[in-house]
Amino acid sequence: MSIKRINAIIIKEFKQLLRDKRYLFVLFFFPVFLLGMFGYAVNFDVKNIKLAVMDNDNSKESREFIKTLISSEYFILSGYIEKDSDIKPMLDNQDVQLILVVPQNFSTELAKNNGKPSLQFLVDGVNGNTALIINNYITSAAMNFNAKIQTGFAEKAGITSLSPINFQPRFWFNPSLETTKYLIPGLIAMILIVTAVVSVSLSLVREKERGTIEQIKVSSVNTIEMLLGKAVPYVCIAMLNGILVLIAGMLLFNLEIQGSYLLLLLTTSIFLLAGIILGIFVSVVADSQQVAFTIAVFLSFLPSFILSGFVFPIDSMPPIIQIITNITPAKFFVAASRSIILKGAGVSAIYDQLMYLILYTLFFLILAVLISIKKEKEL
Amino acid sequence: MHSITVNNLTKKFGSFVSVDNISFNVKEGEIFGFLGANGAGKSTTIRMLCGILEPTSGDALVGGFSINSEPDKVKSSIGYMSQRFSLYNDLTVQENIDFFGGVYGLSGSNFRERKNWVLEIANLKGKENLLTGLLPGGIKQRLALGTAVIHNPKIVFLDEPTSGVDPISRRSFWDLINQLSEEGTTVFVTTHYLEEAEFCNNIILINAGKLVAEGTSEELKTNYINHKIIDIECDRTVEAMEILEKETFVLDTSIFGNNLHISVLDDVSAKKSVLALLEGKHSFRIRKIDTIVPTLEDVFIHLIEKG
Ligand SMILES: Nc1ncnc2c1ncn2[C@@H]1O[C@H](COP(=O)(O)OP(=O)(O)OP(=O)(O)O)[C@@H](O)[C@H]1O
Ligand SMILES: [Mg+2]
Repeated sequence: MSIKRINAIIIKEFKQLLRDKRYLFVLFFFPVFLLGMFGYAVNFDVKNIKLAVMDNDNSKESREFIKTLISSEYFILSGYIEKDSDIKPMLDNQDVQLILVVPQNFSTELAKNNGKPSLQFLVDGVNGNTALIINNYITSAAMNFNAKIQTGFAEKAGITSLSPINFQPRFWFNPSLETTKYLIPGLIAMILIVTAVVSVSLSLVREKERGTIEQIKVSSVNTIEMLLGKAVPYVCIAMLNGILVLIAGMLLFNLEIQGSYLLLLLTTSIFLLAGIILGIFVSVVADSQQVAFTIAVFLSFLPSFILSGFVFPIDSMPPIIQIITNITPAKFFVAASRSIILKGAGVSAIYDQLMYLILYTLFFLILAVLISIKKEKEL
Repeated sequence: MHSITVNNLTKKFGSFVSVDNISFNVKEGEIFGFLGANGAGKSTTIRMLCGILEPTSGDALVGGFSINSEPDKVKSSIGYMSQRFSLYNDLTVQENIDFFGGVYGLSGSNFRERKNWVLEIANLKGKENLLTGLLPGGIKQRLALGTAVIHNPKIVFLDEPTSGVDPISRRSFWDLINQLSEEGTTVFVTTHYLEEAEFCNNIILINAGKLVAEGTSEELKTNYINHKIIDIECDRTVEAMEILEKETFVLDTSIFGNNLHISVLDDVSAKKSVLALLEGKHSFRIRKIDTIVPTLEDVFIHLIEKG
């Protein structure tokens, strides 16, 4: 193996990359765009919803429920209403966005065994999206309240082993600040794997398509030198991209990396290796840039978006889909990097994920080698 | 001294035989022409000789190394300009040269010297920073040849280096090939242009993977054709050809520029018959009718139609 030859390939690859302004733009614009999208969503996060209450019951329970609402950061109490006739003008003048009406029988119904306690919410529907979000908030608030009451009953009745009901409604189209932090590792995963798989496979297939690969094959360059030379520039670019997103996350969303930077770097490197091997695999299978691009996007973008746990929690997927999620290395990276970034996990906590990533990489490496040997024989 | 020795080389793709048991030798320092129609198996043969395609059977020694057992040594002793050779169009002249010098492991003063040489033969001195994609075809071809032999190999394989290049550039490209050969490099070249074959010291012709003729162009013209070629200059050439084709004394017909070539066994009696037929019966105007030395094209048409 010769460093000089690998260097020649790396330099050439960088030169081509830097000359392709359009591609560079996409490469760096794409993550910024995604991040911006989430940032925008956060700005639209509906907070401090002005709430007015008409408490006809005025019981301990009703006051408690109101307290739950206004103790969250989503609602602020702008006042109490005394008469029905005040409701309409309040909404019309947009003094408040939400009015809660507690009926007189709320606490008595609540206390009954098969009672039907009800609450009335009046939502300002001018902004449909906001109304929808408010709707979601109060539903989950009500469910939480339910849960609290139920456990309270259970405890009173001496039953302690009732499974604690844990409502975790997640509004992925409208993430809260916390959710965005949660999304950043997934975003990094997606950027890294798309950059690695698409760039590496395209750059290899381009040489096949244009016939320049023959010229390289006949030189003293061997396969390993060739692949190393191709991989290094894209690892650098992907890393740079990942770091940019991380920094943007710190600046925009107050993200703090709880765990070790070194461990994060190691995990990222292993993940990138998996992505690059996947890219090589694609280039072995595809003979034209178009086909390569299609396969690469299909293999990298979609699974890392849908199946990695990036936006849709894996736990809540049907069992069969949960198994399918293993096809993307992003799944393991997302889990591992979330643990490192958000929880400050150490090696032992993410050991399994790292092993999976390594196994994944080896699997595709072997597959790529086998297919290329078979193709060579046919050629 | 032979710099290439090919023994019973065969390449099959599935059941399709692309190169069929061919054997030949190439002398050191000569320009060796490898001719054949589209799909005859030229590129396949070259790729095997360059050590990048494994033969199905047979072997060859290239620069003294076996393509089967020492493909890496073969690679390091040759230069190769593939048929689809495109330099990197998105790199500058300088960057292309640097890249190919780099992958051949050149460095230091030797590299600088060779870089200079490449720029010189491609007439690109002072234009190192031009994008390669913007160069005219002829210049690009010379640059491609330069980079293919930047490591100064003893043997160079050129797969249709002049296809798609204008005649003047082709001419000067051949001057370059001659120059390489004079400096002692063995040049193995394929071409579609038969007039270019005349510049080769030795030629082989393959058809459908089989070797059908070999020798110097003079040898080919005398050894492989034992009948006479008559060159006819007349009006309505195509029509005349259709008439003559039906005659039993005419073995082959072909059109050469504006003229008609027919091959016959007895040229004296044939000329009389042609005159009688065309001028007498069909009132063509024959301006010239001569027995000529066959061109390579006559030979190849004859051989391929026979095969
Ligand atoms: N990888 C391959 N798989 C299957 N068939 C192939 C392959 N490569 C070449 N062939 C077939 O082998 C035959 C010879 O091809 P080759 O490229 O050697 O021809 P050639 O003489 O170089 O023709 P041209 O003048 O068009 O370059 C063709 O029929 C071609 O279709
Ligand atoms: Mg060819």
